[in-house]
Amino acid sequence: MILQARNIVKRYPGVLALDGVDLDVTAGEIVAVVGENGAGKSTLMKILAGDVAPDEGRLLVDGEATRFGSPREAIDAGVVLIHQELSLADNLDVGANILLGREPRTGPFLRRAEATSRATAALRAAGLDLEPSRSVAELGMGTRQLVEIAKALSTDARVLIMDEPTSSLTAAEADRLFETIERLRDEGTAIVYISHRLGEIERLADRVVVLRDGRFVRSFERAEVTRDRIVESMVGRDLAADAGLRADVTFESGPPRLEIRGLRTARHPGHAVDLKVRPGEIVALAGLVGAGRTELLRAVFGIDPRTAGEILLDGEATRIGGPSDAASAGIALVPEDRKADGLLLEESIAENLVLPGLARTATGGIIRRRSAERGLAETLLRRMGVRPAIPDLQAGGLSGGNQQKVAVGRWVGCEPNVFLLDEPTRGVDVGAKAEIHALLDRLARGGAAVIAASSEMEELLAVSDRVVVMHEGRIAGELARHEATESAIMRLATGGVDSGDVRRSETSS
Amino acid sequence: MKSARKILGVFSLLVATCIVTSALTPYFLTAYNVENLLRRTSLFGVISIGAAFVIIVGGIDLSIGSVVALVGCLLPWLLVEHGVPIWFAVPGVLLLGLVLGLCHGMLVQRVRLQPFIVTLCGLLIYRGLARGITGDQTVGFQNGYKGLRSIVKTRFEVPGLDGFAIPSTLLILVVIATLAIVFLRFTVWGRHLLATGRNASAARHGGVRTDRYVVLAYVICAGLAGLGGMLFILDVGSAQPADFGNFYELFAIAAAVLGGCSLRGGEGSVIGVIIGAALMQVLQNAITLIDWIPDNIQYAVIGAVIIAGAVSDEGFRRFVLRRRAGSP
Repeated sequence: MILQARNIVKRYPGVLALDGVDLDVTAGEIVAVVGENGAGKSTLMKILAGDVAPDEGRLLVDGEATRFGSPREAIDAGVVLIHQELSLADNLDVGANILLGREPRTGPFLRRAEATSRATAALRAAGLDLEPSRSVAELGMGTRQLVEIAKALSTDARVLIMDEPTSSLTAAEADRLFETIERLRDEGTAIVYISHRLGEIERLADRVVVLRDGRFVRSFERAEVTRDRIVESMVGRDLAADAGLRADVTFESGPPRLEIRGLRTARHPGHAVDLKVRPGEIVALAGLVGAGRTELLRAVFGIDPRTAGEILLDGEATRIGGPSDAASAGIALVPEDRKADGLLLEESIAENLVLPGLARTATGGIIRRRSAERGLAETLLRRMGVRPAIPDLQAGGLSGGNQQKVAVGRWVGCEPNVFLLDEPTRGVDVGAKAEIHALLDRLARGGAAVIAASSEMEELLAVSDRVVVMHEGRIAGELARHEATESAIMRLATGGVDSGDVRRSETSS
Repeated sequence: MKSARKILGVFSLLVATCIVTSALTPYFLTAYNVENLLRRTSLFGVISIGAAFVIIVGGIDLSIGSVVALVGCLLPWLLVEHGVPIWFAVPGVLLLGLVLGLCHGMLVQRVRLQPFIVTLCGLLIYRGLARGITGDQTVGFQNGYKGLRSIVKTRFEVPGLDGFAIPSTLLILVVIATLAIVFLRFTVWGRHLLATGRNASAARHGGVRTDRYVVLAYVICAGLAGLGGMLFILDVGSAQPADFGNFYELFAIAAAVLGGCSLRGGEGSVIGVIIGAALMQVLQNAITLIDWIPDNIQYAVIGAVIIAGAVSDEGFRRFVLRRRAGSP
């Protein structure tokens, strides 16, 4: 047993990220950690690697209690995390990246020959036949991932933690990575592997540990691993859509309010997306991180250019060259990252609420009456139920939920026909969540077509008329309200029905 | 509120400098000197307001001084050396400023070059053009064009104050400042411009055409630099292309920053900028008037005062934050 985690607890404001989790890692074993978005996988990995300190619980290395104060201390103990976002400096060469911070030196001077030979040895160990003098900038993502592994190995890592290592790799690159991982395992390295792709887990894992809502659920030995069993224990409860808010909603057949036809984005050029949303309908967009939901919404709103396809509003093709075209066509987007893209945090709530609708309170560019603007802000504040309802308060001073109400509310004044929301309740407490859900319901009942992308199963099921599931840039399937269950969604989101499907779709893309 | 505090800060610094200077030299509070200060402050105020627009959208314009030089040298060169009529030359050189600004804006926004690089090259190019076109010879109005020069030379006597008159440049500044304030505070465009500077991504997500506002800011900046160039040359009468307008961009940027513009963008007030411009002029004036400060260290003194202001501003901000954190 190289590394043991015992009873790990980690709290973030408003969230219990990990609640008493144990994990054992043994030499020569690949342990896969799986769970839904937000199950606590990444937090656990950061704790193992010294990035984050646990609030409770302890870590044991070779049976001895240890405390990692920094990633540096974890690396010295032989535990290395390879981040989801690669951390190579692409202005340096491969060798410099591998030895960064640990260069062999005499005084201030690099011992060049030794550096080269150490970097070369690390590259070999990672299965790469590459000169250390190559520039990182010219390497593909797959090779970079292997360079990261070489970097980890050059520190004599005994435990390698990999967080979604294949998320930006092609199928061939991923295969090469798997071979390297398996070889390292056979040579005695312990590997902790996180992935959303169950096909990879089936291929690699000696043991699968399932987390749900910050708790350990169960673990499977290699012989027991099947996709269905993993999915079932990931989602746990199998709630069918508790139609709640939307139970009484029915649709007459009619033209869609929004139609997306053959839309392609630069991120997923291989897949065209088609989607129709009727007036008054709420479509939930499900999928795992990186499935292309955000890219789809951004492309419809014109933030990112489309590479192909068209947008039809009430049956008419509409030219959307940028967000201002979208806004004047009656499309609103509430972005995923409200702090970076949604709000002007330093400005007042009122300023934020009136920004998109400002032109309406003005004649020929001059804001007619300050009081008209003020009135708009106050009306919106009341309608959104923002607390505290003080127009002059800085938006950054509001709680997450109330910030989100402002981010939604600023569009309400423009009365859009199409509402796109990306993770509308991320980082929002339970009460505010219910209010935001009620708000979506009201918007739809007012005749808007609503698309809400969400990673939360309960939200997807509670406030939608239809669930559209995306996987790797395409629409993997669609579930009517009565068909939507957590495992049905998860099955589509992890790449179809059986593992053969995943590989086929990956090689075709 | 934040900008109100900054305005108050720079205003106190201005008042303090005035009090200290008038205590140290009897020449400071003379009618002639105060009038002269007002005239210079007004001229620098015009170009500083331009600089503020660019800084508000998170950019920078280093070419202001060279635009002043190019426009300021071209005007007498066209009028005196080539006999171009006033009705053509004046709108022509003003338009030139706007066009240069449009170029800066397009290079920054469309070609995605960094503002520092674009306007640094502007600084070099326009200076070179001014010197090349004039053959590096001094250009001037040679006692002509009295009518045109009366735009800046007119004085409005104040009854009861002997020898003191309000310079017409102050009225020009008031007009431009009023327009700028109305634009920034009372029009949709101004608010969109501020939002663009504060958080371009959020503004864009809000349907604001952020690209247009960035270009607009550069047009306003260079346009006002051009107007400033014309006013400066009308004021002084003649100019050497090699040094006319030298360092003016730095005075303008310093005035804007002193007046509450954050180089991160999104913040700024016209009143603050004008007070900042006044402070720069008073400092220069004080160094000239006070005997025991040698004139040739004036830049060092100005730099030191600005740093001292910034440090005390930052210290005050932290003090407020600590107080707030301490008493919940």
